[in-house]
Amino acid sequence: MSAAVSSLGRRSVGQRVQDEPPAARAALIAVALAFLGLFLVLPLALVFVSAFSEGVGAFVSAITHPDTLSAIRLTLLTAAIAVPLNVVFGIAAAWLISKYEFAGKSVLLSLIDLPFSVSPVISGLLFVLLFGAQSPLAPLLALADVRVIFAVPGIVLATTFVTFPLVAREVLAVMQAEGSQEEEAALTMGATGLQILWHVTLPKVRWGVLYGVILCNARAMGEFGAVSVVSGHIRGETNTLPLHVEILYNEYVFAGAFAVASLLASLALVTLVAKEVVQWRARRGRTPLRPAPEVGA
Amino acid sequence: MTPEAPPLTARRRATCRGVLPGFGLSLGYTLTYLGVLVLLPLGALVLRASSLGPAGILRAATEERALAAYGLSFGAALVAALVNALFGTLVAWVLIRYPFPGRKLVDAIVDLPFALPTAVAGIALTAVYAPTGWLGAPLAGLGIEVAFTRVGVVFALVFVGLPFVVRTVQPVLEALDPHVEEASAVLGATRLQTFRAVIFPELWPAMLTGFALAFARGVGEYGSVVFISGNMPHRTEIAPLLIVTKLEQYDYDGATAIATVMLGVSFLALLGINAAQRLARRART
Repeated sequence: MSAAVSSLGRRSVGQRVQDEPPAARAALIAVALAFLGLFLVLPLALVFVSAFSEGVGAFVSAITHPDTLSAIRLTLLTAAIAVPLNVVFGIAAAWLISKYEFAGKSVLLSLIDLPFSVSPVISGLLFVLLFGAQSPLAPLLALADVRVIFAVPGIVLATTFVTFPLVAREVLAVMQAEGSQEEEAALTMGATGLQILWHVTLPKVRWGVLYGVILCNARAMGEFGAVSVVSGHIRGETNTLPLHVEILYNEYVFAGAFAVASLLASLALVTLVAKEVVQWRARRGRTPLRPAPEVGA
Repeated sequence: MTPEAPPLTARRRATCRGVLPGFGLSLGYTLTYLGVLVLLPLGALVLRASSLGPAGILRAATEERALAAYGLSFGAALVAALVNALFGTLVAWVLIRYPFPGRKLVDAIVDLPFALPTAVAGIALTAVYAPTGWLGAPLAGLGIEVAFTRVGVVFALVFVGLPFVVRTVQPVLEALDPHVEEASAVLGATRLQTFRAVIFPELWPAMLTGFALAFARGVGEYGSVVFISGNMPHRTEIAPLLIVTKLEQYDYDGATAIATVMLGVSFLALLGINAAQRLARRART
């Protein structure tokens, strides 16, 4: 699994004696491309076409509407809190799991993987039950005048929950593959723990961290199910970009919905390009990245 | 934290854990973070579920509307995962084996479902396959309805699950030793015989893992499905949507009961994935 970052072209294709006949090849390529076209490319293209279906003016006014701008701000704020929190956690957890042997490690790993196997809606529900109006904590929160559910803290919490394994898993994979020899050498030369982390470990795993940040950020900005449950859908206050897309769509403002959706689709394209760049750099530095997010360990 | 001369007991402990400093700090931080973010919310669910009691959960979780919703969520996820196991393997095969112009680009596009927010995927798929859509209109001419039917749910889950299969099968295909296939050809096997007897036995554990991952993701999927499904109770309502509906009616008990059942099944699926991966590892060694 380790050296599996889609390294196309490394193997010399087309010189084996037992290849399929050209017609069969062409047919298989055609079927694969048709499948990808129907399920991936066509919907993506439709987003951008529909975004401009009522002209550039309608597109611009949908994007610059105050509700859209406030949704953009909330989405950026959420990612700006969730991603750094998850990066620090990811590095700490990866350090813990890759550098030491201790009892309960596999339980810890399953806990880290938990959000992958929980429906986003259930992730949101967990926080509603913990902080919502019927929770045992509700009187305390009311006393302190803190709103978590149907407010920004709930959105940030749910997003952080859904996205934290993305960084931790990537950093862990790279840290495990890199081993601890350099760290141990630094230790014998008298480096402190923080010096080792800063000067030895982080430079070694930087592509893994960056890869995790890219995946985590994309999910944090695009999360829908978990955020939808905790947000309360208050326009201009607790509406993230994906929720705003939903509201516009449900109000039959299709061009507006797709205009806002095109922002998120552009983010997805930027994410894909950034992923490729980081994978390419990591391959050059011989850092083995995990082939895909959420492909279990 | 000083590297030189730790006391003897600490040194002995350190040798069984690893020599680097920071064990206590990273353990404390990791456990605190997981405690606040994962264990506390899970605890809230367990508390709520236990206040309902097994009978209460069973009653709320087995009402007819809930059963229909599980049926759709699990059934559609199963069909979509099967479609993906087949076509995802085909895509992986083509990407690894056949050079064609634009192959790198196509390979990058496979990750689109990981990167595209599910709500965007949902409205886009709905618009493509609605009766007036780019593909929905010609399909409607043939008498096939996709959007707002169970077929639509399957289509959304195919979109969401595809990369899981492709990305699990790809590395296995790449690691296959071409000499074995050559030997098979030299011994007189046709291409199809070679595939059945030589390639497929290596491939199926990865296909199974990808299938299980796609299935697990499909069961819980919400954003890409709610727009295309039409959300008719008893017919096209998925289980996660039923949870949302219950929450909107402040029926927290009902939502908790359905969530408990779904979590139970997810954990079973996770066990299945782990078993499949063990099988895969054993088959490969």
